Amino acid sequence: MFSINLVILIPFIVAALLPFSFRRFKKNHLGWFVLIVPTVLFVLLARLIPSVADGKTYIHTYEWIPTLDFNFTTYLDGLSMIFALLITGVGSLVILYSIFYLSSKESLQHFYCYLLLFMGAMLGVVFSDNLMVLYVFWELTSVSSFLLIAFWNHRQGSRQGAQKAMLITVSGGIAMLVGFIMLHTMTGSFSIREIIASVSEISDHALFLPAMILILLGAFTKSAQFPFHIWLPDAMEAPTPVSAYLHSATMVKAGIYLVARFTPVFGADEVWFWVVSIVGMITLFWGSFNAVRQTDLKALLAFSTVSQLGLIMSLLGLGSIALQFGYSADSVLYTQATFAALFHLINHSTFKGALFMVVGILDHELGTRDIRRLGGLMALMPFTFTVALIGSLSMAGLPPFNGFLSKEMFFAATVHIMEVDIFSLTSFGIIFPVVAWIASVLTFVYCMIIVFKVFLGKPQPEKLDKPIHEAPIGMLISPMILGALVVGIFFFPNLLGQYILQPAMGSIYPTFGDSAYLTPKISAWHGVKPELLMTIGVIIIGALLYKYLKLWKPFVYGFFPSIFTFNSLYNNLLASSVRNSNIVTNRYMNGLLRHYLVYIFVFFIVTVGSYLLYSRAFSFDISTNASFRVYEVCLVAIMAAAAVSMLFAKSRITATLLNGVLGYSIAIFFVLFRAPDLALTQLVVESVTTALFLLAFSHLPDWKKENLQTRTKLINGIVSVAVGLIVVLIGLSVVDFNQFDSISSYFEDAYELAGGANIVNAILGDFRGFDTMLEVVVLFIAGLGVYSMIKLRTKKEDENIEDQ
Amino acid sequence: METLIIMLIGILVAVATYLILSRNIIRIILGTAVFSHAVHLLILTMGGLKQGNVPLLKEANAPYTDALPQALILTAIVISFAVTAFILVLAYRIYQDIGTDDLDELRGAKDE
Repeated sequence: MFSINLVILIPFIVAALLPFSFRRFKKNHLGWFVLIVPTVLFVLLARLIPSVADGKTYIHTYEWIPTLDFNFTTYLDGLSMIFALLITGVGSLVILYSIFYLSSKESLQHFYCYLLLFMGAMLGVVFSDNLMVLYVFWELTSVSSFLLIAFWNHRQGSRQGAQKAMLITVSGGIAMLVGFIMLHTMTGSFSIREIIASVSEISDHALFLPAMILILLGAFTKSAQFPFHIWLPDAMEAPTPVSAYLHSATMVKAGIYLVARFTPVFGADEVWFWVVSIVGMITLFWGSFNAVRQTDLKALLAFSTVSQLGLIMSLLGLGSIALQFGYSADSVLYTQATFAALFHLINHSTFKGALFMVVGILDHELGTRDIRRLGGLMALMPFTFTVALIGSLSMAGLPPFNGFLSKEMFFAATVHIMEVDIFSLTSFGIIFPVVAWIASVLTFVYCMIIVFKVFLGKPQPEKLDKPIHEAPIGMLISPMILGALVVGIFFFPNLLGQYILQPAMGSIYPTFGDSAYLTPKISAWHGVKPELLMTIGVIIIGALLYKYLKLWKPFVYGFFPSIFTFNSLYNNLLASSVRNSNIVTNRYMNGLLRHYLVYIFVFFIVTVGSYLLYSRAFSFDISTNASFRVYEVCLVAIMAAAAVSMLFAKSRITATLLNGVLGYSIAIFFVLFRAPDLALTQLVVESVTTALFLLAFSHLPDWKKENLQTRTKLINGIVSVAVGLIVVLIGLSVVDFNQFDSISSYFEDAYELAGGANIVNAILGDFRGFDTMLEVVVLFIAGLGVYSMIKLRTKKEDENIEDQ
Repeated sequence: METLIIMLIGILVAVATYLILSRNIIRIILGTAVFSHAVHLLILTMGGLKQGNVPLLKEANAPYTDALPQALILTAIVISFAVTAFILVLAYRIYQDIGTDDLDELRGAKDE
């Protein structure tokens, strides 16, 4: 019995092995070896489809940090099954395609290593039941996406696109993490299943709404929802297989997955319904609106992906309304929106994957993907054209392709939602079908652009660097398989519905009982209903709009000046944050050592001092003190006077001698305090130090009077006095501390244990012999340093080299 | 006695801090020297003062004063001597190569 945990780990293991073993595959393309991984995983998972369709789920737990409730728990149910099949299935096709797309001269080991890293991370996201583990995998997908976008890192565009994608998705991920922690605070669990089970207890909690918004932020940034969609078009700098895989079929759907997974938790709340469906609707419109104006085919597909992701997101939002009403015949109707979302999710992966691969073929074979330079390719690239036609028409929502079915269901869902009695204004509900319809018209227009502008019309070989020719068969296999799926799903949609979608519906609506009731029968023809009329309207108006594109396009798109885009907002934000952090950092990291020291001392004063106050640790007891004599007090007074007068010493000799006074007085104290070894050492060291100071003075300039500002002097004074005060307070508190027994009595057996009568010597030379040895090493290193600084000098030539 | 010594330590620390905050390298080095004096006294005081006889087993009778702080201080004296010597030579070398003993002038490029 294989466990799902292994499915996640296998791509990571192979990714880790690749850098070491890729030399063995010099003769063949590395991709053939890598292809095995997703294919095997796909077959393994596909074998579980029947049992998952029967409602079985698989849970495996490896305890990781049980005390913190972090466990590597995997959970395979209908919802994760859809995504896992997409990840491994599309993954296999993309790797097959990439074998012909990328030449062996590229650093393939890196490419496939990142790709497998992504695959493992993405499987981890959809299979993890533990939120913390899910979060780690979630960020790993961002990291691998960053690496893949920047695969051609000699291009500036790639690097900037990668940075943008990383910054936006990771900031969303951090918001999501905070949301997860809030969920844990509310429910006491990191397990999604347990959180879903305890959802009724938390819906009134004060953190419920913040947690929802934060998790949605994570989902929206990842799934490129408005206004975070700006990273996706820039991510198209990645090699086309990556765009097809990460940025249309899988990674951008992680946000969709998250929303679907958390629908049972948050879906019953009205805010969830509004936020998810409105954001989805705006994204749907904005994406399709921007796609029409693009001249780069890949940018067009990027905006179209944004738009389609918005469509799926809004459907999930619309479907969540069913949870507000609980299970009833009416609310089952609303769940069809969620069903349509899952259905369109699969359809989108098939037709958009095919289209991306077609664009990759054009880019690879003809050297351009600019619509203005292409045209009339139909006769010369018949296979590519066929796939492109299938993909575009499916995206436009025409029969006999799978996009037609899910688009119709989408229209139906927006019409149903008008009937829900939650709108304060009755006419407000009309906004859903209207926006959906307008966006679909625009979708139709850009699909026509792909078909007509690129493949029909007059060929323009003079604008191309390479002669027009059909792609090699290897590059065509993957898009053709996807194209066949597009058609196949249209004819047998209920097979998909029953085996794949139905168990997922059960995961999203766990309280609704048998998921068979939630699975509508998908049919292409269901009589003349509003959705059919809407489709016909889309075709008519879309065709008209396409025909007169030249008339309205410059007018409409010239309307918005480019300064007010979210892209320029992002760029300004990035530039100004770099500039401002430079200013701020330069303000305190100003190169003046004195300031740094002040920071350190102030930190010491504030943290230690405030904790001392806060914990009431200060205690003061004079009764345990040893007695003192008059001459001891005199000695203390001498030392204090010497120390203070050091501050006012006019010459450095005076200051050094005063330091000597301190040192010798301490030696006397050592005698008084029964420490003869210390006294001897102190006397010797103090003499040598003083001599050393005097020696150094003959090489150093005379002591100038320091012209410090009064303010600086004042700050220095306050800081110094405060540090002294804190030390006194700590000293007074600690001197009576007797919570632990002293270990010193152990050393009083020094004669028996070490054969030495002088305890101090025995400690240094025997008990802590290693410490003493290392102390000697320190002395030795200091000696080396002193020697080399006096004797060694860089030659003039070396300095010049450094200056260059 | 302990309280008195701790007060003295406070004065020494304050003086050392003030010296370390100045611009002249020599003053800073003197500051570190004073600092180490203060710390040595502090360690010794924390072990308790005049609690017994000299920790020489053959020469004196129990109770002995705590020997562990003394061993620590002995190490510390030697290390602080090494450090003082090192930074003194560092100051010498800096003056030789750059021609100043003022830290503000050693700061380097303005807009770094």
